[in-house]
Amino acid sequence: MLPKDAAAAEGKVNVQINGKWYRFPKGTRIADACNSVGAHVPCFCYHPKLSVAGSCRMCLVEQGMPPRLAPGATPQYNEDGYQTISWMPRAVIACANTVAENMGIRTDSKLTSEARRGVLEFLLSNHPLDCPICDQAGECKLQEYTADYGRGTHRFTESKTKKGKNLSIGPRVNLDQERCVLCRRCVRFMKEIVGEEVLGVVGRGTHNAIACYPGTELDSNYSMNVVDICPVGAMTSKDFRFKMRVWFLKSTPTIDVTNGTGTNINIWTREQQVYRITPRQNDEVNSCWMPDDARLAYKYINAPARLTTPLVRTDAGADQRPSTWDATIGLVTEQLHKCAPTEVAMIASARMTNEELYMVRALAKQLGITKLDIVPRTGEADDLLVSADRNPNSTGAKLILGKEGKGLRTIRNGVRNGSIRFLIALGEDLTSEEAGFTAEDLAGLDYLLCVSHSENATTKAADVVLPGVTFAEKYGTMINVAGRIQRLNKAIEPMGEARSDWDIYRSISQSLGCDCVNVIACPSPMAVLEQMALEFEPMHGLTWGNIGNEGKAIIETGVTIPLIEREKAKK
Amino acid sequence: MSETPNAIEAVSAPIPSPGEQYFPKFKVTPALVKEAQALVAQYPEGKEQSAVLPIIHMIQEKFGYICPESMPWIAEMCKSTPIHVAGIVTFYPGIHRKCPGKFHFRVCRTIACAMGGGEELLAHICKKIGVDPASLTDEEPMGISEDGMFSIEAVECLANCGFGPNVMVNDALHQEMTPAKADKLITFLKKNTINA
Amino acid sequence: MSDITYLPGKEPHPKETRRIFRNINREGYTPSIKCFMKDGGYETLKKVMEMEPADVIAEVKKSGLRGRGGAGFPTGVKWTFIPRGNTKPVYLVCNCDESEPGTFKDRFIVHQDPHQLLEGMIIACYAVQAHFAVIYMREEFPEAAQIVQKAIKEAEKAGFLGENILGKGFDLKIVLHRGAGAYICGEETGLINSIEGVRPYPRIKPPFFPAAIGLYGCPTIVNNVESLCQVRQVMMRGGEAYAAEGAQRSPGTRIIGVSGDVKRPGVYEIISGSITYGELLYDICGGPKKGRSFKAIIPGGASAKVMRCDEVLKGRNPDGSVRKMTIFDVPMDLDSIAQHGSMSGSGGVIVMDDTRSMPKMLNNLNRFFAWESCGQCSPCREGNPWMLKLSTRICEGKGAPEDVDLLKSVADNICGRTVCAFGEACSWPTQAFTTKFRDEFLALTKPINAEKPHSPEAAEARKFLTRED
Repeated sequence: MLPKDAAAAEGKVNVQINGKWYRFPKGTRIADACNSVGAHVPCFCYHPKLSVAGSCRMCLVEQGMPPRLAPGATPQYNEDGYQTISWMPRAVIACANTVAENMGIRTDSKLTSEARRGVLEFLLSNHPLDCPICDQAGECKLQEYTADYGRGTHRFTESKTKKGKNLSIGPRVNLDQERCVLCRRCVRFMKEIVGEEVLGVVGRGTHNAIACYPGTELDSNYSMNVVDICPVGAMTSKDFRFKMRVWFLKSTPTIDVTNGTGTNINIWTREQQVYRITPRQNDEVNSCWMPDDARLAYKYINAPARLTTPLVRTDAGADQRPSTWDATIGLVTEQLHKCAPTEVAMIASARMTNEELYMVRALAKQLGITKLDIVPRTGEADDLLVSADRNPNSTGAKLILGKEGKGLRTIRNGVRNGSIRFLIALGEDLTSEEAGFTAEDLAGLDYLLCVSHSENATTKAADVVLPGVTFAEKYGTMINVAGRIQRLNKAIEPMGEARSDWDIYRSISQSLGCDCVNVIACPSPMAVLEQMALEFEPMHGLTWGNIGNEGKAIIETGVTIPLIEREKAKK
Repeated sequence: MSETPNAIEAVSAPIPSPGEQYFPKFKVTPALVKEAQALVAQYPEGKEQSAVLPIIHMIQEKFGYICPESMPWIAEMCKSTPIHVAGIVTFYPGIHRKCPGKFHFRVCRTIACAMGGGEELLAHICKKIGVDPASLTDEEPMGISEDGMFSIEAVECLANCGFGPNVMVNDALHQEMTPAKADKLITFLKKNTINA
Repeated sequence: MSDITYLPGKEPHPKETRRIFRNINREGYTPSIKCFMKDGGYETLKKVMEMEPADVIAEVKKSGLRGRGGAGFPTGVKWTFIPRGNTKPVYLVCNCDESEPGTFKDRFIVHQDPHQLLEGMIIACYAVQAHFAVIYMREEFPEAAQIVQKAIKEAEKAGFLGENILGKGFDLKIVLHRGAGAYICGEETGLINSIEGVRPYPRIKPPFFPAAIGLYGCPTIVNNVESLCQVRQVMMRGGEAYAAEGAQRSPGTRIIGVSGDVKRPGVYEIISGSITYGELLYDICGGPKKGRSFKAIIPGGASAKVMRCDEVLKGRNPDGSVRKMTIFDVPMDLDSIAQHGSMSGSGGVIVMDDTRSMPKMLNNLNRFFAWESCGQCSPCREGNPWMLKLSTRICEGKGAPEDVDLLKSVADNICGRTVCAFGEACSWPTQAFTTKFRDEFLALTKPINAEKPHSPEAAEARKFLTRED
């Protein structure tokens, strides 16, 4: 059987790339095929999630096909079963063309590199070459490809075309038209993914420039994605501009916690400081995109309001004072022992990781309390990535605690009618709109214990405050609205004396006398996960490793992510 | 808006021109809407955007140029967006963002006409109507006389290469133009308010 | 009305054969339908409507008719590219954007004989079963727009357009769509985008023909004005008879526009291949102006590669032997000149005599191409202004000899790497001018010679400027 028939049987074609034969599904773009086997194809305008523009011409490759047969002639095959390839004198673009049977591609030939050298020189000719002050420096395609295909010397000595610089085109994005290579990724993104034609190209020829119509703005909640997809420094984030050179930043893959979608992200940090968040591709969750509000939801991590040490109030009416962990845990244990379990309620959070929720369950069990729930949190869905569920782990809370927030009202009423005298608030500000408690409610309690990463009205009213961590400082897993379990990774160390929340709950349980080895002997969130994998049916077989950076679908929730559904429908 | 519009503001910033006195000011009337709708109706259903150019031509014919106020209206008429219309308006040299004079000269300077003296003719007419030829640039191709009577623009090929240099005055083509003939024409136009 | 006198006059030259131009400049002939019908107009359509559409396509294929827009692709073959089993509507677009410098033939048809075009279009629409057609007319023909618009109304009234044409159950609507002064709209996919109301960026290939995916994503046939008039001729005379006349591989008549330094520039219709460039320029056009001699010819519109008149070309005799010849011996068909490295394109012949500075000519063309580049793809957008800046600098006497090589190299970097054929159109002139007239460019690289490239001093300086490569 000839290779072509073998390939055809699996719906594939044989393609020779740089002398080696590979098999790809029919319809694969040459660029994707080459990239998948390590023959990197440089692209500016091509983006796998957008329509093909084919205009930057950077991805030119030498291509060949078997010679056209004379009428009546039969194809000749060599000993490996392939036809000889006759190479075309002109390079073709790898982004718009798809692979075909017995096609040959050369990404490293003289023809290919000369074509790319030529194109790159053109792109640099009117470029301001202001890398020293450009935010894109370090992650700029133009820089990257210049290292590969640059001449090293200037041949363009004429005056450059002048265009607009430092233009505010929206509340979060700035535009430099001179740096732009006119790939139109931003235009296509806004039109095709967001569905708002707010950006366009104006002018013609060398005066072509990206613009928005005066009086309109690039103010979509997805506007900052254009900064990510801009291959050069034309679109910059107002939030990140001039803050830090990207090569000093470390990126940590984790997930967003602002809503139930669980958008995959990278957190970019230097030492203990978070500088920015960017989306991380996951075609089952968020494709390549993320909403702006989620991207900017990192400021609280390094804010002065962070709690860095345990706080206790030993006398009613006195100020809170800092304490040590050992003393505080001891105090808490003593205080909780005094409480009648029927008079205690615990409010946990669907913002917790599964591991934290598991430890919350153990703590509740240890205390023997039944009044336990989470704070539900909903908003408007945007038909793209923002889910109506604004808690990142409602699915996990339902699975582990069996709670969806339905009992919150009963607890509130219990506090108000005096049947609940002791309240434990874990990771929630009870005075928030969603939780619905008032300052008077809290003031009327006999005892309020609170775990929180930042100061808020609840921590101020609390008798004991234990400092927890934000999502950037913890390992753990969450299950998104679609039932996909995903990992959070620690990007920075906990602030000051703050401790991982799961560990806090475990310590209290232990101090209260918990002797369950599955709880007290857990050394890490990964171990908690393994314990849960034994206990909860949907989690069977899960380990930290096999969830991977992409996550795993474990529960059928019937909920889908609109943007992902649309993307799948397009295929 | 700042004194000199930035590159974004410039997309729809008004460009004052003395030619405006010879044209009515853009105003949306029921009749105008009807006319635009008729142009849209020429094209298959759902392809309203095809009428962008026809509507632009209609506006330009009536009001002399595409003023900033008209762009969002055009977008509305053909179910498009203002930035899209601006992309079209700024692309084509035949669409004016600045009001031309009562008599708009288009002097061809492409190879055949240039060989026949198109460049010199352009300079001559510029001088005659009081426009500095150096002020005509890619970004601002149109020069206009102080009284708004005459405007001039260098254009590329008018497709009458055998009989250059060619000059279009409004809709009429004048071939084998010479400085002397141009002088005569300008004098004639000055005397006669009707289109030559 | 403009003062067009429509040279070359009422009496055609004996070497001309006027078919498409039969009624151009004819005494008393007006663009009205009355005039056209008195002359046998719409009779061919009546005949065609009796035939099966597939037979019409077969007839056009048989005729060997090749497109007159510049690329010379067989018209009938193009029509068969509509995908088999197509269920989408088919559109036909008439390309009347005539914007290649040096070309000025379609102007006469749409100004003086619009019904000829309409009849050709209706025949073509019937053949490909298009019920919606667009005439894309360049903005610089405002009078023709009115004339054609009127002609469409007349044809509708006479029952040749609209619903149930000639009672045969065939419907057709023709819309006149005006451009707005962009050369790129002559590129068929740019033109389609212009009709769709988006920026007229040419589309990426493949698909190589809009017959597969064109206007509104539907199969679309784009034909030049002259091509559609030729279709009428084919159906009038029969495919076989049409194929028998003129050059074997490009039969029929051709309309040639001659501009530049000849005694009688103008438009001439000749039988394809029946005369040579020499006969055209010396006999029909009367030779060079007094006291001058021909220096260079651009044989097919501004983007064709320039030919030196003293260039010795290799021609092939019927017996296969090689003979020496010049451009004046090359026959005027679609292919012959291509064998000598240029192209006959859209039939615009631009002639330059010995008074012309070739760098200046090139600079003019570079300005044209820099101005007309749509800016979609990088090589063309960035390369054209660069070539313009270089040639301007050379013409101003501010260039170095290396700049001439650089200029050529920039053109080489554009050619073959762009979305559309504009890349070739803009780089061929530079490649040809800098290669064939290299000495003139080098001479200008000394400031003293900038204004007088042909002076003895310049000739002297040139000796030392020519570098060995």
